[in-house]
Amino acid sequence: MTTIEAVAPRQYVRGPRRGPITRLLEDERKLALCLMLPTIVLLGLFIAYPFVKGIELSVTNTSVGVPGKFVGIENFKKIWTDDIFHIAVWNTCLYTFVTTVFKLVLGLWLALLLNRHFKGKAFMRAFILLPFIIPTVLSTFAWKWMFDPTFSVLNWMLFHLGIIHSRINWLGDPGLAMISVIIVNVWRGVPFYAISLLAGLQTISPELHEAAAIDGARAWARFRHVTWPLLLPVTLVIVLFSVIQTFADFQLVYVLTGGGPANATQLFATYAYQLGIGTGLLSQGAAISLAIFPILLLVVIVQLVYIRRAETL
Amino acid sequence: MARVAMRSLNKKYDEVHAVIDVNLDIRDQEFVVLVGPSGCGKTTTLRMVAGLESITSGHISIDDKIVNELPPMDRDIAMVFQNYALYPHMTVYDNMAFGLKMRKFDRAEIGKRVQEAADILGIGQLLRRKPRQLSGGQRQRVALGRAIVRHPQVFLFDEPLSNLDAKLRVQMRVELKKLHERLGTTAIYVTHDQVEAMTLGDRVVVRKDGRVQQVGDPMELYNQPANRFVAGFIGSPAMNFVGVRLAAENGSLWAENPGMRIQVPAPLKERLGPYAGREATLGVRPEDLRIAGAGDPGELTFPAAVEVVERLGSEILLDVAVGETTMVASVEPTAPAKVHETLRLAVNPDRVHFFDNETEAAI
Repeated sequence: MTTIEAVAPRQYVRGPRRGPITRLLEDERKLALCLMLPTIVLLGLFIAYPFVKGIELSVTNTSVGVPGKFVGIENFKKIWTDDIFHIAVWNTCLYTFVTTVFKLVLGLWLALLLNRHFKGKAFMRAFILLPFIIPTVLSTFAWKWMFDPTFSVLNWMLFHLGIIHSRINWLGDPGLAMISVIIVNVWRGVPFYAISLLAGLQTISPELHEAAAIDGARAWARFRHVTWPLLLPVTLVIVLFSVIQTFADFQLVYVLTGGGPANATQLFATYAYQLGIGTGLLSQGAAISLAIFPILLLVVIVQLVYIRRAETL
Repeated sequence: MARVAMRSLNKKYDEVHAVIDVNLDIRDQEFVVLVGPSGCGKTTTLRMVAGLESITSGHISIDDKIVNELPPMDRDIAMVFQNYALYPHMTVYDNMAFGLKMRKFDRAEIGKRVQEAADILGIGQLLRRKPRQLSGGQRQRVALGRAIVRHPQVFLFDEPLSNLDAKLRVQMRVELKKLHERLGTTAIYVTHDQVEAMTLGDRVVVRKDGRVQQVGDPMELYNQPANRFVAGFIGSPAMNFVGVRLAAENGSLWAENPGMRIQVPAPLKERLGPYAGREATLGVRPEDLRIAGAGDPGELTFPAAVEVVERLGSEILLDVAVGETTMVASVEPTAPAKVHETLRLAVNPDRVHFFDNETEAAI
């Protein structure tokens, strides 16, 4: 028999030992969980819990100080026949539609202007964002003064320009109140559209415009055939966000008119607040809040379908 | 088809003078290549012809009509961009048809022209696809197609092959050449690649720092470079430059440095006469050097120590040390060259260049 020389196993140099936390975080699934935890907690606490609580409230007859009993869909039946609720639905739809159209058109126009090269471009871009940055309640108070029947600077200007001869009661007249609320919302929302659309515009290669110019497309044709189709996916996402925001708008109307005069500017959110908190009918307020949900869901689904279609263009 | 002329053309940006006093006459049906390193103003010049860039001074005319103030669409030119600039949301067909639609051609004519161009370029089966479903080479063809359907007076190419891989680039280069022969449209082509310039251009314009260095057909640039820059830019591997001192001795002129001593060939003697006793730069292309044989006269050879041997198959490149400088020689693939060996290299006396050290102009 031959003897085989045994070779001693080579000694591997051990790396420094890692701590238990490091080893735990190396596992991607556990790391993902750790990273998501704060978001889950926050969303759960401030979104999911109130939502579930809202559903719970809406099927009882709870009011302030009265722990309610289960009443089924009684509250929904009640608001279904509530005239003010009908007004609020109509107002919210009108308000959302009109402001969205204006915000989109003005925002796009502004974005196209800001996409050009001019002196002080960076400053202008920052400046444009101001209405969006200022807390809504603060800026809305400023607007409230501008619409004030006695002290209105708008009236003063129009009067001195000779356009009007008597005071306009901006917030007192039902029609004008709606217009005023819409103006302020548009003023506040345009910067968001402008900056977001500008970001979208900047992803479009200038070479495409040059190619189109050489191909014989004039400014409008270049916009219609090159800019607009390429900007469409971004636009749809922005509109989606904006519609959701506007549909549930509260603070602006609450500060400016409180839903008045005579419910002329009553929206979903203001009416829900008025009924739920103002009058103490918590369950009915909750029911109104929830009534927004199916409408918004429909809007979101329709838009998401469009976005998907635009993206696969 | 058209002639293009540039007269005292200048382009100034705030700080940069990108195009300086360019004068150029491009003949009808000619393929002219603007070549130079980045920042030489070649693309700016092209964009001025296209109307995408304003002209600071001077003028551009197409067929004797000054086009300085004409918008791009009215210049009857077509441009192929470096990144193709295909409309991403349109099909290949619509990309190619767009220019014709904008010009209100009727549908039948558009269909005919697009089909014709697609057949020439071999992209007939891609017409329904979107640009992002195409490979780089296919996109390049679509960009060409978009240019040729319009039957423009002038084609402008802005480094159209630089985004393709090396093999495809060679293939497209050949196709471009064929396409130009077939269509005969006047073309201005911008590139930084001297090989593209040499192979494609009827005439080549070499640029540097905004100025034209030399205009000529490819072989003219290769054989008679006007200055040191052109000599070094055209040709691969690049020309060798060696500092030498010119010395008159016994009625002949010698170019010498610590590593070599070469007799100045007779045809150059007269022109170099005034440089006797002065420094100059000797330029010789790698392919004009060879390993000296027994018959080579001693006054045209010099010793060289081989440092690196690069065998390319069709030739061998020798990196050699000559005195204090290094040179590259391209020798036959069968040459018996070894590293660390010292051999003698012979220069082809008809193909030696001399450059003034101050002006860098050819002597």
